[in-house]
Amino acid sequence: MTRLIPVRETILGGAILVLLLLISSRFADFVAPSNLANVFNDTAPLIILALGQMVVILTRCIDLSVAANLALTGMAVAMINVAMPGLPIPVIIAIAVLLGAIMGAINGVLVWKLAIPPIVVTLGTMTIFRGIIFLISDGKWVNSHEMSPAFTDFPRMVLLGLPVLSWAAIITIVLFGIMMARTQFGRSIFAVGGNPHAAVYTGIDVGKTQFWAFVVSGALAGLTGYLWVSRFAVAYVDIAGGFELEVVAACVIGGISIAGGIGSVGGAVLGAIFLGVVKNALPVVNISPFWQLAISGSAILIAVAFNARAGRNKGRIILKEAEATQ
Amino acid sequence: MSDVTQTRHVPDRLNSRAARIFKSWEALLLAVAIAIFVINSFASPYFLSAWNLSDATFNFTEKAMIAFAMALLIISGEIDLSVASIIALASTAMGLALQYGAGTSELVIIGLTVGVLCGAFNGFFVTVLGLPSIVVTIGTMSLFRGISFIILGDDAFRGYPSSFSWFGQGYIYWVFTVEMLFFVIIAIIYGVLLHKTNFGRAVYAIGNNPTAALFSGIRVDRVKFILFLLTGLMSGIAAVCLTSRLGSTRPSIATGMELEVVTMVVLGGVNILGGSGTIPGVVIAAFVMGLVTFGLGLLNVPGIVMSIFIGLLLIGVIALPRLWAMVAARRKS
Amino acid sequence: MSTRPAPHISPDVSPMVSMDMITKTFPGVKALDEVKLDLYPGQVTALVGENGAGKSTTVKILTGIYQPNGGTIRIDGNPISFASPNDAAKAGITAIHQETVLFDELSVAENIYIGHAPRTRLGLIDTAQMHRNAAKLLADIGAPFSSHTQLRDLGIANKHLVAIARALSVDARVVIMDEPTAALSHKEIEELYELVETLKSQGKAILFISHKFDEIFRIADRYTVFRDGAFVGDGRIDEISEGDLVTMMVGRSVDQIFPQSDHEIGDEVLKVVGYEHPTEFADISFSLNKGEILGFYGLVGAGRSEFMQALFGITKPSKGVCRINGDIKVIRSPADAVSNGIVYVPEDRGKQGAVIGLPIFQNITLPSLSKTSYKGFLKLAEEFKLAREYSQRLDLRAASLDQDVGNLSGGNQQKVVIAKWLATQPQVIILDEPTKGIDIGSKAAVHEFMSELAAQGLSVVMVSSEIPEIIGMSDRVIVMRDGRIAAELAKDELSPETLVRHAAGITSPTEEAAA
Repeated sequence: MTRLIPVRETILGGAILVLLLLISSRFADFVAPSNLANVFNDTAPLIILALGQMVVILTRCIDLSVAANLALTGMAVAMINVAMPGLPIPVIIAIAVLLGAIMGAINGVLVWKLAIPPIVVTLGTMTIFRGIIFLISDGKWVNSHEMSPAFTDFPRMVLLGLPVLSWAAIITIVLFGIMMARTQFGRSIFAVGGNPHAAVYTGIDVGKTQFWAFVVSGALAGLTGYLWVSRFAVAYVDIAGGFELEVVAACVIGGISIAGGIGSVGGAVLGAIFLGVVKNALPVVNISPFWQLAISGSAILIAVAFNARAGRNKGRIILKEAEATQ
Repeated sequence: MSDVTQTRHVPDRLNSRAARIFKSWEALLLAVAIAIFVINSFASPYFLSAWNLSDATFNFTEKAMIAFAMALLIISGEIDLSVASIIALASTAMGLALQYGAGTSELVIIGLTVGVLCGAFNGFFVTVLGLPSIVVTIGTMSLFRGISFIILGDDAFRGYPSSFSWFGQGYIYWVFTVEMLFFVIIAIIYGVLLHKTNFGRAVYAIGNNPTAALFSGIRVDRVKFILFLLTGLMSGIAAVCLTSRLGSTRPSIATGMELEVVTMVVLGGVNILGGSGTIPGVVIAAFVMGLVTFGLGLLNVPGIVMSIFIGLLLIGVIALPRLWAMVAARRKS
Repeated sequence: MSTRPAPHISPDVSPMVSMDMITKTFPGVKALDEVKLDLYPGQVTALVGENGAGKSTTVKILTGIYQPNGGTIRIDGNPISFASPNDAAKAGITAIHQETVLFDELSVAENIYIGHAPRTRLGLIDTAQMHRNAAKLLADIGAPFSSHTQLRDLGIANKHLVAIARALSVDARVVIMDEPTAALSHKEIEELYELVETLKSQGKAILFISHKFDEIFRIADRYTVFRDGAFVGDGRIDEISEGDLVTMMVGRSVDQIFPQSDHEIGDEVLKVVGYEHPTEFADISFSLNKGEILGFYGLVGAGRSEFMQALFGITKPSKGVCRINGDIKVIRSPADAVSNGIVYVPEDRGKQGAVIGLPIFQNITLPSLSKTSYKGFLKLAEEFKLAREYSQRLDLRAASLDQDVGNLSGGNQQKVVIAKWLATQPQVIILDEPTKGIDIGSKAAVHEFMSELAAQGLSVVMVSSEIPEIIGMSDRVIVMRDGRIAAELAKDELSPETLVRHAAGITSPTEEAAA
């Protein structure tokens, strides 16, 4: 009676701990609470996006447009800020989330109503969103001196010892924990991905659930768009280029099955943190940051091979003795 | 058939070949290509120049080489997102060999070998370990390019021998480039392979129903492995051409090309879920994409804005027929 | 039958649900043709019919998954239509499906309550309440597992109990049971019967679909018979005999269906010794002779298909030897099996048999491409020739040979799959449930064809769960139970009772040991 999901999370959590121990054996400063808080803060955008991506992957889809969505929303709110410096930050955030959600909804409608494969839809919208950034910005950068101080300071503001950016990730994690475990939508997501055929019998609309998954992913990409642009205090066409792959990588490393239906909030978060620790540790242990890409690639391959092995052997078992020894 | 006693004779074909070709996706795409050609020639006076058109082919020849192999892979129900990274790794390997004094022929052999090895690596994970190809190749996409970054960092390899530049910069006759020759030869080889051989039939069968294909005695895993090898090999060839054309290797070479290759394949009428598609379709799609990019380029439209058109094209070509079918169905009822 | 209480049906009670003149068509097939079905409160109505009679379609219409093309459904006399499964659920109709439509990744309680979980004041799922309710439901039906168990950890019988608990949880007025006992053991079946009695006493209307006649006569109050998608008759079960019901169901008496087997049985072709698989089957040994039809009988899940797939090289047995014409052959893949003259016509045609999306002729030539091609290059003329030959032999009905197989009816798809295998000119043909889900006409054709094959010297292995088919067609029968051979019976030893006894593991009629 072993539950697979916690096992997976424990192993991944253990791997992160071992990694931290190895680093700390030579560079004790890395595991100092303040540095760990920095690592978490640095990883916050990845965590938020990974949670959105998780929901999409659980419903047997994939969203490759998140990074482009993030960049477009980021550029849009930065330009709004330049045009209207007085606009309060909550309004900016609301706009970002709304814009992101609309872009997610575009993906979702194409998948739901026209039944176009998600990978095609999001490959297409990914290039379209990037192109639109160029159109609205004319290829120009929005730099820090053009942005209002309130705009750029918000994610850095410290509350109870942690910056707002970190809190945004923590709140997202908590909300997702509740959503996945305790709401009809959360359970439907697992049902749709785990057994779409049965979901129909249960009265769950598969396409509609996928649509809302894309909206959730898009809204989080929008939120991250503001946080990203304000944190780095710059907006341009190519920000977060290729970040969608890191997001998918975090999910895969976190044990979310690309075939849908299997995965957990904890897994996605740990997957993102694993990548964040690796990324932040490389310069500390004097390995060229150019190693990062290869390491995350290897981590994906190891994780997917491992998860596939763990998930196997669930066929029907007919021999009574074999069932008894399980 | 002169057998009159036959009560229930099932005819071989209902529609003539010509009728089917006329109604096909490829015919529609060809019409689009011609329309773009005509519009372009009116929009820009520079369009209808043989040398300009020849230059325009560089927009798609390298991508199309990979797209042919990718088409077979996607028809079989798999995908390889690591092709651009294979180019990076193959190009880096060639650059490294250059540092040790390799000549043109060694460079080509090394480029192709690395391509095939990368394909074998992907194929191993997908067919031997039974993992989903989309995840595996997202992983190897990072891994292969990551290795290039480890080797090169911010640097670049330069100084390829002048004989090496033949592949990406040479001309066969008048405006016809070496790459065009490769494109034509590879298109013919893949067209024959997919449409005229048992292997091609197996690819379709696997894409439509892998279980039934297996039950029919097709060695599904072997076919898929070969397809990954071929995709790797084509990426190796593209790496030779691209490196030769650019004259240098950076780890960021061909970034994002996998998406353009997949777009080309899907635009060519290949079902992304596997099972259907043709090589002529991919050939026409290559021209469509090349013409759009070239035409917009002549109008001084920046590359990033062109990508909007490519993206719209990708979604539009799939969405429009479905929308049309939905409207037609609604009107009926 | 003696334990059943006397029926207490007042004839003037009006139906709770009535389907009238319901028609459902699919492209090329009329699945239901103006059928009628009435369900009464507090009574069990058995829906009887052969495979392909339209029972599953009826269930899908009642549960809102399909929308009928014509006819009316009334509940308490009021016309109603279901646009979605949700509508049907709201009208109080729930179904326990043939295949378990449950979610492996969710817990038992979540499976029971998905879609209608109790909520807290904040609108969140009240997990504590949900588990309490689930635990009570599970206790009521005597389920031996906790509501916190992950569904994936349960065996097939226990998953069935979860499905039943789910049906009970919605407080439905109409409960549909689609072959609920197919995968259950003897003891579990008894418990299910008790459960049905409880539901009856609560005034629920029950639609019971089963192939087992003893079960129908034991549990049902009324019957409705469909044949080939049409209504044949209905009435009270105590007013009809088993024989009459069978006649209504098949439209003719059983022994007429099967062709006379006058084929000659020759020498041994295939010998299997000690085939074993770590989890699916063990100790399988038998021999097969030229021109023989060997039946494999057993309950669903007895391991017959799993063994056949190992014999065909899809899965690997951990032990065992296979001899063909006396020579030891190692079969590691279907390709090996085909080249050694063994072919397999799987049960699930859509998934494993026909390649939907490819035209008929390409399906037929798929395993024979080496014969119709030249050095790996296709020769279309040869392919059409081969396809033409075998489609004529099997009396295939299609518009053209380059038509997509997916547009054919089930029976004709089956013919394409069989044609595909015959074109390889095999020695041994394994037919897994060859007539499941096809219409009676095609069924007879398949049976006819099977004896023709045997007469031509082909050895046939037929896996079937239909007792008349097993008895009517086989020269010899092997009965499997729990992954092992339970009995080997010669033709003159065959009777429905013997087969059922061996398959269910009852050693003699008086000594009913619980499985």
